[in-house]
Amino acid sequence: MSGRTLYEKIWDEHLVATPSDQPPLLYIDLHLVHEVTSPQAFDGLRLAGRPVRRPDRTLATADHNVPTDPISTPVADPISRRQLEVLDENCREFGVTLFPRGHENQGIVHVIGPELGVTQPGMTIVCGDSHTSTHGAMGALAFGIGTSEVEHVLATQTLPQSRARTMAVTVEGVLPADVTAKDLVLAIVGRLGTGGGAGYVVEYRGEAIRALSMEGRMTVCNMSIEAGARAGLVAVDETTIEYLRGRPGVPSGEEFERAAERWRQYASDSDAAFDAEVVIDAATLSPMVTWGTNPAQVVALDGRIPSPDDAPAEQREAVVRALAYMDLAPETPVREIPVDVVFIGSCTNSRIEDLRAAAAVARGQHVAPGVRALVVPGSHRVKRAAEAEGLDRVFVDAGFEWREPGCSMCLGMNPDQLTPGQRSASTSNRNFEGRQGRGGRTHLVSPAVAAATAVLGRFASPTEVGQ
Amino acid sequence: MKAVTVIEGRGVPLGRSDVDTDQIIPSEWLKRVERTGFGRGLFSEWRDDPAFVLNRPEYQGASILVGAARFGTGSSREHAVWALMDYGFEAVIASSFGDIFRNNAAKQGLVTVQLDAASVAELATLVTDDPRAHVVIDVTTLTIEVPAHGWRRTFDLDPVVRERLINGWDDIGLTLRHDGEIANYERRRATPPIAVAIRKG
Ligand code: SF4
Repeated sequence: MSGRTLYEKIWDEHLVATPSDQPPLLYIDLHLVHEVTSPQAFDGLRLAGRPVRRPDRTLATADHNVPTDPISTPVADPISRRQLEVLDENCREFGVTLFPRGHENQGIVHVIGPELGVTQPGMTIVCGDSHTSTHGAMGALAFGIGTSEVEHVLATQTLPQSRARTMAVTVEGVLPADVTAKDLVLAIVGRLGTGGGAGYVVEYRGEAIRALSMEGRMTVCNMSIEAGARAGLVAVDETTIEYLRGRPGVPSGEEFERAAERWRQYASDSDAAFDAEVVIDAATLSPMVTWGTNPAQVVALDGRIPSPDDAPAEQREAVVRALAYMDLAPETPVREIPVDVVFIGSCTNSRIEDLRAAAAVARGQHVAPGVRALVVPGSHRVKRAAEAEGLDRVFVDAGFEWREPGCSMCLGMNPDQLTPGQRSASTSNRNFEGRQGRGGRTHLVSPAVAAATAVLGRFASPTEVGQ
Repeated sequence: MKAVTVIEGRGVPLGRSDVDTDQIIPSEWLKRVERTGFGRGLFSEWRDDPAFVLNRPEYQGASILVGAARFGTGSSREHAVWALMDYGFEAVIASSFGDIFRNNAAKQGLVTVQLDAASVAELATLVTDDPRAHVVIDVTTLTIEVPAHGWRRTFDLDPVVRERLINGWDDIGLTLRHDGEIANYERRRATPPIAVAIRKG
């Protein structure tokens, strides 16, 4: 018998029942909750008179629509304010721990889980947000769910789930020095297409993945959903264990070592078979930029905007439409495209390592005239860590705005939005039409490229600003 | 979810085909934080028109909506079902439905009756001509009739959906039948509670 993949190991361990009239029931170890997709779920519980089954396995924070202005400023938008108040009331009523706006542990739900050490190897983790796949970097099976499912997990701590197929994305070799995890995942999404991962749980493996930091692995897993995959996974290794050591949510001393011993099993067996496999040669990659209106529409920073003539016939119309929305002419060199706004943040790239990478480029430079550049740390912990290293000064001195944590311009539910026609270089994960504000044009990039772009006012690599 | 076996009530002829979920509940209603109260938003674009069928006095309190072809297509928003049910509808009759809408309806206990186009048209005419006529839908026998007019049809329903309706099982209810297994699982695989660890940290 061949061995099991990491996904299969976690699946087998969490199977509670296999009913005849429902998909298999999977136990959920950790349920992360935020203000936007939870109110109706709590209301549903109230209507049915049901409690939250495991408040001790449920953790809530405010992130999607919190303003990134100083915490002392009240929330101006009445709908946002109401959603935050309702989250507070619901967590109180149902006994769920909440990190509200301004709390020392508050931040983007996918940033705080790992940094607090509550995201642990081998767990099943869900959240009413599609980028829950981020937590897969810790060797946990993590995926996004809808509001009805949020209610289901609150009530039963389980979820009916059909078993996914498994795909291995193996990145062989060593990434070139200027290529980051973000560039890697943009290249992967570009290769798979937005539907290429549909029905699969993707495990990222190979030398280049092993060499990534936990932050980098999180960036990669985060965008699994952009290829349509249900979840992304990276096997546990010493990088994972060392990242977890000392975090508030993990045990300490002897007990930690015992936990670590158990966590080390969360890797695919060497003879495990995957349903599909994609191999990528790391050496061939370079910094990437999206040019269109879906995350698979990527091009090298050194390249040119594609022409509809070069696209396969069935994609031509989509390319024409994307170019029109983005107001881009075919064959334009990417480096000649000017931007209005630079956004460094989101659950893809707002961890300390991302801010360090951006600050290294911004240090001693200045944001180009007419460009607005925002840095939004993923959490208060990230913000404090960055300030302890003086990164806030580097950014402020260089003309960047240094803001309070939250999702911010990733989805423009708070006041941080593009105005119609504005073009952004953004470290977030979605470049859909209007994602960052109605009529806004989003290009996804890495933190280093975002910072260089802010300095030069057009797409640029760190080397162009002397890095 | 409430068990549904027999629905008896008056019918409203909507008189339109291709009613998508954006029309059932416009997107500005998606910002709400409650699960209830969506009835006010039901067909809100059309409700301003005094002649719109839901505004007519003879149809107040009706609980069965007679649609036409392709009812509930478009966006997956569950709010469309919440709005219909909050307004007071217990069943929708149409010659075809949007897939996701029909699925969502099944999860919430809104009965969707699919009939051939001619039968739907006949029923619409019946409730137009006689707004007081009672329509009776029996989920156990899968029949729909207007006894006062001697009109009767049978319809098909996914056996799993029918079973759920009759027993009042929602997804959560179905899962809770496995409560014992969930509790056993929790006993077997005790791991430290998460939030408590954080509070200590
Ligand atoms: S940062 Fe963006 S993608 Fe991430 S959780 Fe917030 S809204 Fe979702």
